[in-house]
Amino acid sequence: MPLIEIEGLTFHAGDKKILDDFSMTIESSEVHALLGTNGTGKSTLAYLVMGCEGYRPTSGEIVFEGKVINDLKIHERAKLGITMSWQEPVRFEGISVRDYLTLNNKDLDPTHYIEMVGLHSELYLHRMVDKSLSGGERKRIELASILALHPKLAILDEPDSGIDMLSTQDIVNVINAFKEHGSSVLLITHREEIVIIADKASQICNGKVICSGNPAKVAEYYKSRKCLICNREVCAYV
Amino acid sequence: MSDLDALMKAFGEAGGDKAILGNNEIAHLVAEGHKLLSMKTVEGLEVDAKETMSGISAKVAVKEGIKIKNPVHLCFGVLHKKGTQKIKMDVRLEKNSSAHFIAHCIFPNAEKVRHIMDAVVEIGEGAEMLYSETHYHGLYGGIEVIPKSVVKIGKNGRYFTDFTLTTGRVGKLGMDYSVEAGENAVTELTARVFGHANDDINIKEKVVLAGKNSRGIIKTRVAIEDDARAEVTGITEGNAAGARGHVDCMEILKDNAVAKAIPIVSVTNPLAKVTHEAAIGSVDKRQMETLMAHGLTPEEAVDVIVKGILK
Repeated sequence: MPLIEIEGLTFHAGDKKILDDFSMTIESSEVHALLGTNGTGKSTLAYLVMGCEGYRPTSGEIVFEGKVINDLKIHERAKLGITMSWQEPVRFEGISVRDYLTLNNKDLDPTHYIEMVGLHSELYLHRMVDKSLSGGERKRIELASILALHPKLAILDEPDSGIDMLSTQDIVNVINAFKEHGSSVLLITHREEIVIIADKASQICNGKVICSGNPAKVAEYYKSRKCLICNREVCAYV
Repeated sequence: MSDLDALMKAFGEAGGDKAILGNNEIAHLVAEGHKLLSMKTVEGLEVDAKETMSGISAKVAVKEGIKIKNPVHLCFGVLHKKGTQKIKMDVRLEKNSSAHFIAHCIFPNAEKVRHIMDAVVEIGEGAEMLYSETHYHGLYGGIEVIPKSVVKIGKNGRYFTDFTLTTGRVGKLGMDYSVEAGENAVTELTARVFGHANDDINIKEKVVLAGKNSRGIIKTRVAIEDDARAEVTGITEGNAAGARGHVDCMEILKDNAVAKAIPIVSVTNPLAKVTHEAAIGSVDKRQMETLMAHGLTPEEAVDVIVKGILK
């Protein structure tokens, strides 16, 4: 049984269809990269899987470990083992990095996790998760906090984008850390060079999976900017 | 039980360290209502405190060049359900001296209590004063807190104050702080208040950057719920060349609470600069979602966010 099955998921924002009969599965301990250009529905999918407010499928199902989770709230999904790292993590005033990493487990030693994302624990654990951190530092701390949760499924929404994007090697290190913990990863990205570190990849266009399988082949397909399914007038690749 | 024991018991229950009274290296002044209960000074610190017809009057001076090693503890409170406490403080830090004052204001049983603090503070050239005031209130909300202070900082002087009222009901708070900073002087005023039920919070803080290259920050953090109301006024004037000021106000509210922020900035010297930011609203949705994705319930997430901003 796959860890998560997304079956025929459709989602509208107002009149606009963002996801259109979208289906994919992620196996246990699998790193699955979802590749697509801006505006193709990648982040929307992430919010739907995480259960963010305002993101409930118009139709279709999200099945996690055999259970339909469409109506569960974020924290209920988190309790099942799903978590997410946002593309631009928010800041928190008055919360130290140590407290942030141990939100759910006060007995946890956060040292290991902060160092796994390339930050020195002595320099960072006492700092605040506020605007004194750079975007890159904040992203690393977010990834460390997700690692510390030992999730069954970690959704990483474009850790490789933004002003303070992480390098490919940074992403590889983080993905390997998730693998060591036995976590599955849904890695959302628009950079084809990242995809090859995944076990499997899918390409999304106009809210649909247009190809799926071997990461290198999907990356190659994405690079060619071909799209065989979408209407050429609206396809992001044409 | 004596009044002193009762006050210190309440202080201990609020998380304070009662051992400070027995430590000869730590100065203190303890008053319940209009009664002076205990006082101790250390070398270089002069305290002239007395009970007057209208309350308690205390003159405090830190002598020139003296740096008081341990914080000076001021324990004020009213243990009865009804009563008034008026305190008049005159604090003077002489040239190049420094001291940290920690005020513990304890009103665990207040049903109809007024606590009025009227302070005049003078920070001499090169002197530095830290003033932390933490309130421990009960659950009745029958208290009115009216702290007023007028502070003048001399050349190269530094003054930092931190007012915290996050334990128990606020009742009615009417805070009025005013600071004038001289040449190269630095000041930072911080206030953190958590209001519940029908608490009424009114905070007014003013910094006048009168001296060349003076610096000032007003930072206010307020959380309110139920039917509580809050109005925060942060005023900064930049009146000298090189002066830099900032007003930073954040208010989080839920239920039927009502919040208002009034940042007032003015500059009379073209080489001065004053900025402000104010944010009022419910708990940030993205912050909530992030914490919930870490497994916290919505209630736990709100608690973490509010405690964070009031920390």
